[in-house]
Parts: sequence; C-alpha cells; structure tokens
Amino acid sequence: MIYLDNAATTRPCDEAIEAAVKTAKDCFGNVSSLHKMGIESEKLLNSAKNTILKKLALQGELFFTSGATESNNTILRGVADAYKRNGKTIITTAMEHPSVARVCDYLENNGFNVVRLSPKDAFYNFEEYIAEHITADTILVSCMAVNNETGYKVDTKKLYALVKRRNKSCMLHVDGVQGFCKTALYGDYISLSAHKIHGFKGVGAMYVAKGCRFTPLLYGGGQQKNLRSGTEQIETIAAFEAAVKAYPTDLSHYEKLNTLLRSRLSEMENVYINSPDGDRGVPNILSFSVMGVRSEIMLHYLEEKQIYVSSGSACSKGKISSVPDSFGIDEKRADSTIRVSFSMSNTADDINTLADEIELGIKRFRR
Amino acid sequence: MKELIMAKYGEIALKGLNKGTFEDILVKNIKRRLRHCGKFQYMRKQSTIYIEPVGEADLDEVMEKLKVIFGIGALQRCAVFEKDFEQIKDKGVPYLEEALQFANTFKVEAKRSDKAFPMKTPDIQMELGGAILEAYPHLKVDVHNPEVTVTCEIRDKGAYLSAERIIGAGGMPVGSSGKCLLLLSGGIDSPVAGYMMAKRGLIVDGIHFVSPPYTSERALMKVETLCEKLTPYCGDIRFFCVPFTEIQEALRDNCPEEFFTIIMRRLMVKIANKIADAYEYGALVTGESVGQVASQTLKAIQCTDAAAEYPVFRPVIGMDKKEIIEISRKIDTFETSTLPYEDCCTVFTPRHPKTKPALEEIIKAEQSYDFEPLIEKAIRDIDIKMFRVEGTTDIVDKAEN
Repeated sequence: MIYLDNAATTRPCDEAIEAAVKTAKDCFGNVSSLHKMGIESEKLLNSAKNTILKKLALQGELFFTSGATESNNTILRGVADAYKRNGKTIITTAMEHPSVARVCDYLENNGFNVVRLSPKDAFYNFEEYIAEHITADTILVSCMAVNNETGYKVDTKKLYALVKRRNKSCMLHVDGVQGFCKTALYGDYISLSAHKIHGFKGVGAMYVAKGCRFTPLLYGGGQQKNLRSGTEQIETIAAFEAAVKAYPTDLSHYEKLNTLLRSRLSEMENVYINSPDGDRGVPNILSFSVMGVRSEIMLHYLEEKQIYVSSGSACSKGKISSVPDSFGIDEKRADSTIRVSFSMSNTADDINTLADEIELGIKRFRR
Repeated sequence: MKELIMAKYGEIALKGLNKGTFEDILVKNIKRRLRHCGKFQYMRKQSTIYIEPVGEADLDEVMEKLKVIFGIGALQRCAVFEKDFEQIKDKGVPYLEEALQFANTFKVEAKRSDKAFPMKTPDIQMELGGAILEAYPHLKVDVHNPEVTVTCEIRDKGAYLSAERIIGAGGMPVGSSGKCLLLLSGGIDSPVAGYMMAKRGLIVDGIHFVSPPYTSERALMKVETLCEKLTPYCGDIRFFCVPFTEIQEALRDNCPEEFFTIIMRRLMVKIANKIADAYEYGALVTGESVGQVASQTLKAIQCTDAAAEYPVFRPVIGMDKKEIIEISRKIDTFETSTLPYEDCCTVFTPRHPKTKPALEEIIKAEQSYDFEPLIEKAIRDIDIKMFRVEGTTDIVDKAEN
C-alpha cells in the first residue's frame, strides 16, 4: 500500500498510539477532579499545551477542541461576536476550507460584511493585497497558512505585520491545519488539528494570543478558562503532544520527493502542475492535472494498484470545490486534478511507482 | 385483556375462486416479516387476518412492520372481549385512554356481523359513546370530522374494540404475480420502479453494473443501501452485480460516440436477458420516464426494447420527476439516491447523444464488434448477494446457483 493522501489524514504514529493507551490506562482522571488523579491529568494537559506552544514558538493561550472545524467555528463566530462593536467587516479568502468559508457565509447572512479575496489576483503579493483591503471597519482577517488543495503558502508573519500596520485593532485568524509542523505560523488566533500530523482524529486546538478575546461556542462546566466547556479528552490530547514531539524538524525529505515527482510529471505530455513552486508552496503537497483523464477515474485506477491519492479535497467527497477557481485553475483542469501529499515515510520508490502507474493510466484512459 | 392486530385485505378481497392462493402468500409474507418480533397465532376469517401474539410481543413494532406489507388494505390494533356489552364497556373504555387522552373529538362506529348479538348497531354506538363521554369528560362527539374514531366490531369469534386504524400498503402480496429483474442504477427512479412492481405482487430482484475504476466502490455501496431500504417492501432481494468495465471500454473503442448510451443500455438488457433465462424472471423493470434524458425518448426506448427478450416494465414512465421524488421520499430512498457518486451510465456520456436513433443504425454499429465473449465473461464474473428482510446480507456462492 502506498499512502499519498496525508493532507486528508495521516496514520497515527506509534508515539501517539502509545501515549493514548498509556494515558487511558494510567491517567484517565477528569482534569476538573480535585483529587490526585485529576491533578495528574491536568499536568498532562499543561504539558501538551506547552509542547504545542513551543512548536508554534508563540506565547499565548492554547485551548483544546474536537478538531479544526470546531476551532474555526469558535474563532470566527466568537471573534465576530466579541468585536462586533468595533466594526462589521470580515476579510477572508476564496481558498478557505469549508469550516471557514461556510461560517463566513453564516456571518454574512447575519449582518456582517464579508470580503473574499482570491490568490489569483495577487499570487506573489497576496499578503499586501489582503492588507490593502483592510478598512477601519475591518475587525477580522481570516486566512489559511497553507492551502489544502494546492499547497499554496501564505507568509503569515508578514501578513500579521501588514494587518497591524493597517489597523491595530483588526484581528488575524490563521487556519494552520496544513501548515502546522511544516511552516512557521503567526496570528492572533490559529486553528490546529492533530490528525494531519500523525495524531488522532477528534482532537484539535486553537491558539489565542494574549489579550485577544472571543465569545465561547460551547457553554457548560467552564473547563479551559470558561472558553471551551467539556471534559478535556486527555487521552487524545496526550497523543497530540506525542505526535508533535515526534514530528521531524528536517523536512528536506519532502523537497526530495517533490522534486522527483515534478521531474517525473514533466516527462509526461499534457500534465500540468497546479502547485506553486519556490517559497509560495509547501513541498509536502503537490497538485497536478492529467489532462484528458477525469480525476476520479485516475484516483480509482490508482486505488486498484493500492496507491491512495486525492482528487482535490477529501472532505468534499465528490462535491465540486470553488477553491481551484481562486487559483485561476479552469474547470477542465480542475476536473483532472490529482493531489498527492507526502508523509516522512514515503520513499522515492513510492513516487516512481506512482509515476509509472500514472503513465499507464494515461495510456488507458486519456481521450 | 387480549390485544391483537387485524390485517384487512386490500385488493385480494375482490378475488374469486383463487382468493385462497393469494391469502396463503400474504400470510406467508406476514409470518416471515414478523419472525423476529415474537410468536403469533394467525387466523383468517371474513377477509381479515387476525394476528394474535402468543406471549410477549411489541405490537408497536409489529404495526410498523405490517404497515409496509403489500396486500394489506388496512390495519387495526384492537382489544378482544367476549360478546358481552357490559364487559366491553367496563374493560374497553379504560383501554381507549391512550388514544383518547390527547384528542378533543371522537365518534363510535359499530359493526355487527354477528346478528345474534342482542343490541343493534345504533344502540351499541350510543351506549358506548355515552360511557366514553362519562369516563373522559374533556371529549366531545363529532360524527362528521372526529379526531379519533373508535370502532367496535361484533364478529363471530368475539368483540373487537379499537381506536387505531391505519391504511395499509395496499397492492398485492409480493410473490403472487411472479418474479422480475430490476435494473438498478443508483438514481432516484429505479428504486421507485422496484417498489411499484413489488406493490403489484412481483418478487423484485436487482441487477447493477459496475465499471471500476470509472465508478467507485461508494457507488456500489449506495446501490446496496438502496436494496436494503427496499427489503421491507419487496422482501428478500437477490442482487446481481455485473462487472461492466471491459464492455464499456470495448464500446468506447469500437462504436460511434453518439450511440454510446443507447448501445450500452442494449448490452445491459442483453445481460439481463441471460440472467432472466437462468433465474426464471418473467420481466425486466427499469426506472425510465419518457423525455427525462436522451436515452428515454420513444426512439431510444424502441432500440432498448428491441434487445429485450422479456417484457420491460417501466412503472414510472408517465410520472413527473416531482411525483417520483415524492414516492422516493416516502420509501426513504431519496437521500441515498442523491448521493453524488458516479454510476456506470454516465461514464462515457457522449457530448451529443443521438436522441432519435434508428434501430437499423444502432444494430449495425453494435455489430461492428463482437460483444458476445465479453458478455459471457461478465456473466461468469457476476457477484451475487442476498439482502434479507431481517436486515442481513448473504453472499451467494455461484456454484450453488
């Protein structure tokens, strides 16, 4: 089996599995309990927080959630509500994940003014382009750090500086799901997910910079400073921490795989790379279009050979995404898109096998 | 107090000398569906099947199961008493509490088929109505438009009191009219077509064509879910899954593009013919409706029919999409049918399909390639499953067939 769909989800690493099992067996106490078992769990929770903050190289608060969808929902709705007196405009991009895009639609239907900007209009100066749109009425900018479908990367540190120069009270939210552990992240609010970095599904986090407010989405027992009620899922949080610790810092392997696949694809006729190269893209995601072969056919063909790739974003399962258009990718090209995303355990052999099979697939299916 | 369910015949009641055969099938179907709900005693009398639990049984669940069995015109859950009016009144009025407590109006309908019973129908109605009013003073009588109708039937074997009468599924008992093979695509129309034929008493089995890697496993899972959803109505469904990739590729490589769809449908019918031969199906069923798509014009239907060796039933042929959707919602197949997975029908959709193909032209194009060996191979490689009314699925070993 060759798994090349790591932007959809990853295999939990041994460290994460062991941490979850160990916690479940030995440290299952409720963080809120007054006794020793609760305290032990709290220690684990704090340790996980610190590990993740250290990985982010940021100081501030960290809240655990059920995943990035919850993080994105909480932050967008919570920030819009907390700062609605300052203004009514939210700037976002046309390449966002649905868990941001649909919340923006909701806010738009509830009195907010939403501006959606496309990278295609300022591919190499997207940060400046976003900042130019900020007005005195803008309370929030929400922009993903790395696009899940193309690997397009935004320099969030630069974006942060530009946003604040333009309007000090405007907040920046960064959906850091695909960027975490792979590129530097910066923002007032950052959404994270464990299962994209070999942790478990069902656990994520939100980073919140000091002094930045949001109205909670969930009310209840008042856990996590009253901002995210619900008993902390300590087992998978411990696994999240273990996964972060285990994630390698030297990512040159991705570069190698990326270069190899690009060179193999360049030998094929009518195969176009959709991912940006150089600093604009991350090396672990490569999207390309095999013209004349519909994505799904190639995907199922590769599946028969036990090679697993994506036709775009795995969340959409057949639904047509509006993301390609935000990169200026036309419908025909979008229809033939294959997204490959690596993990550290993929090898050059994997890439060569994939490329060989794509060549065979083209022979069989291209019309 | 004894409770039982009366299942009253629908159309069977109109049958003549062969009524008994239909009854036998209906009772068999009911017994099969209720197998896991407890033990029951069955009695047939006066165009009614009396279903009486022996020991514990959840009658709510039983009613749910009976509601979708074809051949039943109406269902009534009732309490049984001896034919003594005082008893009916004393025990029966408290029994009605559940049905009457949330209502404002009611009426009593009595029927006296046992003419030896001393009270006359209007007297029963008046006396019982009075007793109910006394016990439930919040109620009012409304003979024209009551919220609850209480029925009291004095029959040969006893007196039956009920406040719950529901319309049954109607139609004819499945198995009373023969066996048919339904071409299931996964769309909205074909499950509805299958449901409608089962309603006319046909045993409905399904055939589906898969073309991996052009179609995904999810598309097949979707069709299998549709089969599961049809079993409460149709009974057990035998499901033939035909590997169709090679045939479609050969078709693409050897026939003019504008004829793809029509020849594909003919080839599907040809495969269905052979399955029908082997398994003794009397008809093929499709979910076609005139004018919906290019392959559903009169000319196109003529071309598909010409390939069929059995009558092809198209029960939704004259229905609007809206009407079909309404039924698919009723039988709970709509949501599954609208899942967005590609089926084999759309794999090589021609850019400009021929809407008025001439049969000679199609046959000529089809004969430019010998599909027969591929058809034989597809049939050899068929996968067969049984979807059972109990909700289980068996994989059928082909050697047994």
